[in-house]
Amino acid sequence: MAGSVRVSMTVNGAQESADVEPRLLLVHFLRETLGLTGTHVGCDTSNCGACTVHLNGEAVKSCTLLAVQADGAEVKTIEGMGQEGELHPLQEAFWEHHGLQCGYCTPGMIMASADLLQRNPKPSEQEVREALAGNLCRCTGYHNIVKAVLAAAEHPTAGSASPPAPSAEGRESGETVAGQGLGA
Amino acid sequence: MTALDQPPASAPWVGRPIKRKEDPRLIMGRARYIDDINVTGQLWASFVRSPEAHAKITSIDTSAAKHHPGVHAVFTGHDLDLEAPLPMAWVPPGIEVKNPPHWAIAKDEVHCVGDPVALVIGSDRYAVVDAAEQVVVEYDPLPVVVDIEKALEDGADLVHADLGTNQCHEWSLGGGDIEAGFAAADVIVERRVVNHRTAGAAIEPRGVLADYRAGSLTLTSSTQVPHFLRLFLALQLGISEERIRAIAPEVGGGFGSKLQIYGEEIALAWASRKLERPIKWVESRTEGMMATHHGRDQVAYVRIGATRDGKITAFHTRILQDLGAYLMLLTPTIPSLGAFVMSGVYDIPAVQTDIVGVFTNKISTDAIRGAGRPEATHMIEVCIDQLAAELGMDRLELRRKNFMDPASFPHETAIGVVYDSGDYPAALDLLMSHLDLDAIKADAPPGKLRGIGFSTYTEICGLAPSRVTGPSGFGLQTGLWESAMVRVHITGAVTVFTGTSPHGQGLETTMAQIVADRLGTDPQNVEIIHGDTGTGPQGLGTYGSRSTAVGGESVARATAKIADKARQIVAHQLEAAVDDIELTAGKFAVKGSPDKGMTIGEIAGAAYIPENLPDGMEPGLEELAFYDPENFVFPFGAHACVVDVDPDTGNVDVARYVAVDDCGPAINPKLIDGQVHGGIVHAIGQALFERIHYNEDGQLVTSNFADYALPSAADVPSFELDRTETPSPVNSLGVKGIGEAGTIAASPAITNAVIDALRPLGVTYLNMPLSPMRIWEEIQEAKS
Repeated sequence: MAGSVRVSMTVNGAQESADVEPRLLLVHFLRETLGLTGTHVGCDTSNCGACTVHLNGEAVKSCTLLAVQADGAEVKTIEGMGQEGELHPLQEAFWEHHGLQCGYCTPGMIMASADLLQRNPKPSEQEVREALAGNLCRCTGYHNIVKAVLAAAEHPTAGSASPPAPSAEGRESGETVAGQGLGA
Repeated sequence: MTALDQPPASAPWVGRPIKRKEDPRLIMGRARYIDDINVTGQLWASFVRSPEAHAKITSIDTSAAKHHPGVHAVFTGHDLDLEAPLPMAWVPPGIEVKNPPHWAIAKDEVHCVGDPVALVIGSDRYAVVDAAEQVVVEYDPLPVVVDIEKALEDGADLVHADLGTNQCHEWSLGGGDIEAGFAAADVIVERRVVNHRTAGAAIEPRGVLADYRAGSLTLTSSTQVPHFLRLFLALQLGISEERIRAIAPEVGGGFGSKLQIYGEEIALAWASRKLERPIKWVESRTEGMMATHHGRDQVAYVRIGATRDGKITAFHTRILQDLGAYLMLLTPTIPSLGAFVMSGVYDIPAVQTDIVGVFTNKISTDAIRGAGRPEATHMIEVCIDQLAAELGMDRLELRRKNFMDPASFPHETAIGVVYDSGDYPAALDLLMSHLDLDAIKADAPPGKLRGIGFSTYTEICGLAPSRVTGPSGFGLQTGLWESAMVRVHITGAVTVFTGTSPHGQGLETTMAQIVADRLGTDPQNVEIIHGDTGTGPQGLGTYGSRSTAVGGESVARATAKIADKARQIVAHQLEAAVDDIELTAGKFAVKGSPDKGMTIGEIAGAAYIPENLPDGMEPGLEELAFYDPENFVFPFGAHACVVDVDPDTGNVDVARYVAVDDCGPAINPKLIDGQVHGGIVHAIGQALFERIHYNEDGQLVTSNFADYALPSAADVPSFELDRTETPSPVNSLGVKGIGEAGTIAASPAITNAVIDALRPLGVTYLNMPLSPMRIWEEIQEAKS
């Protein structure tokens, strides 16, 4: 592979490095280089949000970032949110309230919802709907997704269980990305 | 008495809104969709697609692509020596249907944007896309046909020149004396009803992994119909069917768009055999929008006649169906599915549907959620509102006056379709109990026009009774039964193999609830295996709201066989009469002595260590059932939609949506509600936002999710749902389908609400999509 570059990042708490093509999308780095296939791809245009992950504590669409742009960053994917027996409150709530059907949009929905609850621990229904407008679901009609997020917001650790606060450096990197309009 | 007739255990799982069994893997990101599966030695594929809507292929130069680093092969349409063109399986009976050849990769002519013209295979996902861009194709453009009404005019340009016409077929279904019906009418309302083209838009793109090794093919595909896929792979490739295994892995939504045999599935299988390597392809969304079949796309001329006092005397529709460029799996049959329920919930003495199928230079239409029934329901439900306005009669009173009498079920309609059960007044009464119409009107936000719309609907689903649909009935060359195999392990754990292929519906939970009640176990101990032709019995897949009504019933029947055997074993071991053994509190026990009994685990132990079984009984505890329904099932209900229209911008806000649906006794109310929510939003999407648009050159303008507007969470409200439960006499569960009902019911409720809002301005009729621009233009026109 001509002109590969080395990228390193922390993904779900683990240090990861690989030589990649400069054009490799972050979502493909996560899915194919690291095998974290919980993050999905549903469109070519950053509309569907199935690929939503957290980059330095903020939700971004990983199909719209290059892996090299995440060099040095802290990334959290659905695989880092909860385990069997110790699910994240959002995962519990999506399960309890039937907030998913085919499940394809679900990881992105959960990551976007976690971002919302981190910023706004007690959102209104309308705030939930607006926060999730960048994540498309064809199955549920959103009714139970919204219900699940509102229910999770009642949980004492729904917001705090999100990724640890970004470092100053990470924050700067996240803001740079957001400033370039490349994020969510 | 067989176990099928026995009431379930005392505290049944059926009826409970339990959490889904399938969710843990999905919420943790541990599911395996097609793009999550890779195999050793795998290559990647990319298709070169036509940018022209209609053209002769004059040359294809693959040399540069073949030399691109990592490329193993480039194939064109003439390289693929397939046994047959892609299949068209369902044809309306008794008529000539023109079926132009549709090859997996186009050979000499392309007929729509996105038609594949070459297949590039290589070792890297990105490299094959680069190489595909280096395939040089020269086209000689031909005239393009996009408008179905112009396509039928004399001298029109032709999609397929050798057919000599753009008309594919004509088919009619009627009953009663239609001329006498209109002659008896005091009022006749005529409307042109446009039901525009939409995309299924499952969030998971399609994908295929073909793995041909040592004479056998394993094909994994994001499909709703693995068994059909195996059959047609055999026919297309000339591979004996037992050497093919088709697998639907976790499938991320379908909505009918994955009820298809796609050229990519065939081409990858062919190439895998040719190269003896596994090959994978996953579509991009842009590819999907142009090459995954679309739905709807009808122009209908509708006439409804009634007496002055509001008795409907006749209903006639002439439907022009845009078929697109080719007949795919079910394409010409889709509008016919609507014809079966064209008169909706009304007792109309004369009903006639005339269908004309028309070719255009677009991707084919085929089944998308509802498939023909949303279109039919839209026609009758919008036109009954139009009729009410013409008669000066309340639209609900007009509906009530024409509802089929609840005492008349099973009810045979004018066209001879027998509706299984229904109570339409009860559904409407329950709906109205949730609505205070005066208060709703009074609460309109300042400056907005508030409208209320209704839809009272039924639909035909639970596909399907083979006797009705098969060769000597409607004429389809297929049976539509379903199968289930239930295996009780020696530990009492249960594995169920179903021939359905769920992809979001929650069948693993629903079926486990059905089984648990009949064996006295917990749904947690019942695993449902689906979507793999290599593991279970023959099956037919998931579509047409059939998976519970037909697939669930076959599970109930196979489980009943297990329970029958269990009772015999218990009776033998406890020295009691078989008829005295009943399932109580988790045990097959002697009537009146609940302590004297055996659990399913104990019975399985006795069955697998067979030292004390009744004489002649086979060991083991595993049963198979095939179930072919006697009739379709007919869910029904009543929906109401409240909208606020901004007269300055034309924007529509759905303020409230209240729905009453009846799909028989609920197995899992939580899952039923979920199906209705999603169905309604699918219809809101069509009514307000979504439209597949080809321009006059046949270019697809809405080729991605930036241009094709799926509704988001911010575009829709939360819903208020209620249910009536009218059992179907067709199956032992009493159930009807619910996957499509919301979509079938909702588009007329929304349309009627918007028209209701705009009536004060003089706008009395509108076709979808009810975009702000269309509404604003209508308002301006009404003003001038």
